[in-house]
Amino acid sequence: MENPSNTNENPNSTTSSSSTEKRKPRLIVRLGIFLISHSTIVSLLCCVAGFLSLLILPILAKNTYISENALMPGSANPMFSGQDVLEANKMVKEILGLGFGSEESRMEIPRLIARHIVDSGAEVYYHKFHSEINQFHPLNFFSDIAYTEFIHDNNSCSSTGVNTVGIIRAPRGDGKEAIVLVTPYNSGKIELSDALSLGLGYSIFSLLSKVTWLAKDIVWLAAESRYGEYASVSAWLRDYHNPVFFRSSGKLQVDTCLVDHVHHERQDSQVRGRTSDVFRRSGTMAAALVFKIVDKQEEAEKDTLSIHAEASNGQMPNLDLINIVHYLAVHRQGLRVKVETAFSLLHSAWLRVVGEMLEWVSIMAGNLNPQWRFGIPAADYVEGTATLASSMYYQALGVPTGSHGAFRDYQIDAITLEISPKISLKNEIAHSTFLLRGGRLIEGVVRSVNNLLEKFHQSFFLYFLTSPNKFVSVGVYMIGFALLVSPLPVLAAALYSGIKLGNTDKGNQTPSINSHSNMGLAVRSWRWLHAAKVVFVIHLWGVIVLLLPHLINQLPQRTSETSMLTWTVLSIFILVILYQISGAPHSHSGNVTPTQYQSADWVILKAVTVASAAIGLGLMSIINFAAAQIGAMFLVPMCLIVHPLKHMGQMKVLKAVLLLTCNLALAILGFPPATLFILKVSSEGLGGLSLGDFWDWMESLWAWNSATYLYLVLVHLPCWVLCIHILLHPL
Amino acid sequence: MASRSSILLFCFYFFFFFLISHCFIVPIYAESNEEQGEEEEFSEELLLKPLPDRKVLAHFHFDSRTPPTNTYGRHHRLFPKAIYQLVKKFHIREMELSFTQGRWNYERWGGFDPISSSNAKPPGVELWAVFDVPFDQVDATWKNLTHALSGLFCASINFLESSTAYSAPSWGFRSHSSSLRYGALPTEAVCTENLTPWLKLLPCRDKAGLAAIMDRPSIYKGYYHSQRLRLASTESSSDEGKGTGIVLEQTLTVVFQPSVQRASSAYSGDRLLQPSWSIGSLFRRKVTGCCVLAKSSRVFLELERDLIAEIDKFEMENGIFGVDGMVSEGSWNNTSFELSVLPDKLIRDANGLHDRSSSVLYEFSVEKYSDSVPLNVGITWKLPVFWLCHQAPFHASRFLMGSGNERGSIAISLKSTQSHEGFLGHEVASSLTNSNGCSVRSIVFQVVPWYVKVYYHTLQIFIDGQPHAVTDVIEKIHVSPSEDKMSPGMLEVVLTFPCTMQSATLTIDFDKGFLHIDEYPPDANRGFDIPSALISFPDFEASGNFLKDNPSKSRLLFKLQEKRLVQSYTEVLLVPLTTPDFSMPYNVITFTCTVLALYFGSLLNILRRRVGEEERFLKSQAAMKLGLIPQLLAKFSAKLRLKQQGPPQPMQQSSTFGPKLLFKVILVAAVAVGWHLYFK
Repeated sequence: MENPSNTNENPNSTTSSSSTEKRKPRLIVRLGIFLISHSTIVSLLCCVAGFLSLLILPILAKNTYISENALMPGSANPMFSGQDVLEANKMVKEILGLGFGSEESRMEIPRLIARHIVDSGAEVYYHKFHSEINQFHPLNFFSDIAYTEFIHDNNSCSSTGVNTVGIIRAPRGDGKEAIVLVTPYNSGKIELSDALSLGLGYSIFSLLSKVTWLAKDIVWLAAESRYGEYASVSAWLRDYHNPVFFRSSGKLQVDTCLVDHVHHERQDSQVRGRTSDVFRRSGTMAAALVFKIVDKQEEAEKDTLSIHAEASNGQMPNLDLINIVHYLAVHRQGLRVKVETAFSLLHSAWLRVVGEMLEWVSIMAGNLNPQWRFGIPAADYVEGTATLASSMYYQALGVPTGSHGAFRDYQIDAITLEISPKISLKNEIAHSTFLLRGGRLIEGVVRSVNNLLEKFHQSFFLYFLTSPNKFVSVGVYMIGFALLVSPLPVLAAALYSGIKLGNTDKGNQTPSINSHSNMGLAVRSWRWLHAAKVVFVIHLWGVIVLLLPHLINQLPQRTSETSMLTWTVLSIFILVILYQISGAPHSHSGNVTPTQYQSADWVILKAVTVASAAIGLGLMSIINFAAAQIGAMFLVPMCLIVHPLKHMGQMKVLKAVLLLTCNLALAILGFPPATLFILKVSSEGLGGLSLGDFWDWMESLWAWNSATYLYLVLVHLPCWVLCIHILLHPL
Repeated sequence: MASRSSILLFCFYFFFFFLISHCFIVPIYAESNEEQGEEEEFSEELLLKPLPDRKVLAHFHFDSRTPPTNTYGRHHRLFPKAIYQLVKKFHIREMELSFTQGRWNYERWGGFDPISSSNAKPPGVELWAVFDVPFDQVDATWKNLTHALSGLFCASINFLESSTAYSAPSWGFRSHSSSLRYGALPTEAVCTENLTPWLKLLPCRDKAGLAAIMDRPSIYKGYYHSQRLRLASTESSSDEGKGTGIVLEQTLTVVFQPSVQRASSAYSGDRLLQPSWSIGSLFRRKVTGCCVLAKSSRVFLELERDLIAEIDKFEMENGIFGVDGMVSEGSWNNTSFELSVLPDKLIRDANGLHDRSSSVLYEFSVEKYSDSVPLNVGITWKLPVFWLCHQAPFHASRFLMGSGNERGSIAISLKSTQSHEGFLGHEVASSLTNSNGCSVRSIVFQVVPWYVKVYYHTLQIFIDGQPHAVTDVIEKIHVSPSEDKMSPGMLEVVLTFPCTMQSATLTIDFDKGFLHIDEYPPDANRGFDIPSALISFPDFEASGNFLKDNPSKSRLLFKLQEKRLVQSYTEVLLVPLTTPDFSMPYNVITFTCTVLALYFGSLLNILRRRVGEEERFLKSQAAMKLGLIPQLLAKFSAKLRLKQQGPPQPMQQSSTFGPKLLFKVILVAAVAVGWHLYFK
């Protein structure tokens, strides 16, 4: 960073000296000039402040509160009673009593559920769907999900699933809105927890079919999760919102597949007056709750409820939904609520040190003035940071953390509740009190949402959780991002203006060059075009790299290792070709090749790179804020500090070594595969690492239509390549 | 105080009147009625009917009529004055107003019988009226009428005044009429405050007669509650003298869930026993006599044809042919069920086909019951019976497709209930079978508010999963596109389907519009309603045929056998529109004010600045004082340092005393902090 600071004095002195003879420039211009002239210190300060503000986010987190008054959680006594638990237990026994494994028995559970639903007086139908293989379609990345008419004909009957859906039409309600309850179960391998989930779902459903306070319809989806929870729920939602009326042969096949299974049922249901394969709908969905019971994984002194909320591309449900669940679970049912936490961070020493330091600072400040105390205990800080990190990570990843993600695609607020008991599920006496709690919790949530007159809109949509009852809202966490990104345009401007002014300065000093300054000035002022061309070519390469997986997917007999290798080799090959086509990137156009221009070349390239990185990060922050924030943490320092290796040789030794290590470390960290590799090693150790991991990771990103994939390949990777380009720049 | 005493007085008076009437007025009144053909009439009737899904339908029917003014005069004894004035003032030829809560379940409660086709209404308020005024005055009359009704029924019917809320269907809603206006308010909540004015129109209010059993908590606890008022008048200039006068028909249709005792809900076989109920258990009151002003006061209990058939079948199977065992013979106490009260009369549907059973009506006359001997019609089931109700030929449902705030589509799907084939064979086959096979017509009438911008050219029709050309299916279409903030869009279309069709779907795309900030309702985030569409099947007519057995001239039975189109209302839809963030006007104001201030500030700056003069001034100043510029620069740097908030960077030669000052401040602060800590 020697060069910009060298030129620091120049613009300032020129402006100050020129202001004596000319009129004074306006304040805003002067401010801008000041910032640009001190770009090194500004960018250093901003960068450090950005990282610091991220670190103190857990301290800035506020307690959650229920924003929408209409929700009134817990204001009514729960009606879910021991009677309903008995019903749930009966259902569990019936499910476990069914035979499993054979194809024949696949319809047994839906049939059982349907019979129970009909008995409770509600409507029921089966929803049949194909599990669809997620394929990468680069051209419909953000497009509608509507085009699923291409149902592959080679789908065999074995890949069809059957969801059972029950609908309670609210008595006296107008049916404009509905609340959806989802219980996933794996029909292939029914376990006790699955059966308990279904039992709990049914007992709540039958309770709700009797209550008089319903204003919204209740839809219960018993989702067969044999092909993944998400697949079944999203298939149902797709048919709910975007049904395909055109029935092709492939569609017919679905019906014929299960005709023999359903046939028997149809007889039965006709007797009861319900045709059960017609897709039925209710109104606009107000909220959805996915709940399931999992066997306990860890020792706990209380029954535990874990909440998953992240949907695709970092979308979150309205905070009020999480609030009411948390409020009811903690204050009414006495459950322990937790959200996803990065466990590796919980025991990290440096985080503890930071926490203790902050605590100490806060205590010192508190000593001066008790109102200045801001901190939280170090243990809380570490836990908050770990939760915040996982919250950010899952939002940044853009992959939904459960089947609730399917709802968010249709702007429906949804969360997944995983309830696990303190004692193993095998204990039958214990699990009835556990079911009672779970049932009352879900009843309470449904009742709260039922109270809602308008849709969820009062509370936050953009937030990070630092614990189940603490959150950081967008207004706070965007400061960190703004601080991180703001040095980029400043630096770009500084580099560009530094080059220009430096050159004109030198031009003034040596009047001999002034002879052809007319043409030289014109060339110089358009010189950024060359750098822009390089940047453009690299970004073009990014687009090609983005589309390559679509081609690689067509290859027969590929493993993730070979795919990864192919991808890498092809990318490098294309990069080389593009270099050749666009002309040697390091050479100059035109015959004016004095060394001073060449040395300035990398500076201007860096300016354009930094500008493009700023634009990319800014765009990404609109699509997925968390991804942009994490990306900025890697990209911004790398872009700021990048310096040609050859240039370092001319510096002092200490400075050169420092710059070199920083550059190399950041360059390695900034390379996405390397980052993943380091993260893996730090969390899991060296074992089981393979080249294909990165491919698998990327595959999951594009399969879930995550915008993070676009960011990585279109913004991050080209910027990294440009930084490497600058690093290796021949002076 | 005054009101209470007047009520007491009224009660006393009423009781007195009641006593007297029982002694002698009724016979006299009845006789006089027989003598004069032209007389005001009032009759009250109640129809009870068990429904297949273990619920009970109660349908109150109050009928008031008055002869035309020119033969009878303007003074009425029974007919409500408010309604008479309404008819007179607004020249109403026909009007119907309904307040509904809950949805009629066409699948389970029937869609083919007269009750459902005339009494199943969309949730909220629905109003239509035909006026007898010149064409250019219709809209003005409608507006006045909505205000009058709004006051009369304590409801926000006046929202139908705005031209965006009502439409003028030409043939889709009813037969051709240029002066028909139709409007619906799907969000209107219905409560007792709407019922009380409705009851006030009855001559006995709810103090006596059948209306007395309307226990408010009971009737509002039902699954469906529809209170309807229908007016038909011949008080017009065109048919002077020969009309029937004004007929006011007030109906209240309620669907109850009878309370089930735990013991009786036990499984018997695989099926549940139907719950037993009686008027006393449904309404928590019993009929304690008729309204003395009523010409007739009856309670009917209807058993559907399919139910009778089921019972017959069951008895056949079990070989029970008792002397009075056949239900068809009209026993009220047989192996399947038992009525709690001996019916006065049995009426059978003459329309029933001969190979099938026909529906049965038990008639109970209220006249002979009193306070001491209340009428408590009820039914006790002995055997589990399961039957299906009579469904409309197609089950219509409507839903929204798509997601997001930009666009979507409305789909209307018709699913065959397979019940029409039987009817086609007998009733309408001859009229339907033409050269190109059998076909069924259906009329879709749909009103869409203007902010849902429907593109009518995107109408697509799928029959049995295959797309069909619109021109093949549509027989007749009338579209009046919406005008922004002026009028709603309206679609009337006659579709012709082949009889063998299983399912048909109509889809039509729309864009979601933006509203002006003050056009949003208070609960804008709830979404916006699209009123129900009306699907009617002109080839089918729902009518009972009790005529042969209707010597008592029951108004309700006349009504039941009136030929009516089979029609069904679809669901109300809720469209979420983009809404501004109403909770943050402050932010918006601040932001816009900042932008405006910046703009105007710089504009003024540029306008009032004289560059040449300023330069001259600066020059002269520089000539006079040299020390000014360093001073200015010092000020400037101090400002900047404040702004940056970081540790000071000693880089400008001009800021000579900056670091020193700062150092002093820091020193003082550190001393203070140390002092503080030391003494703590």
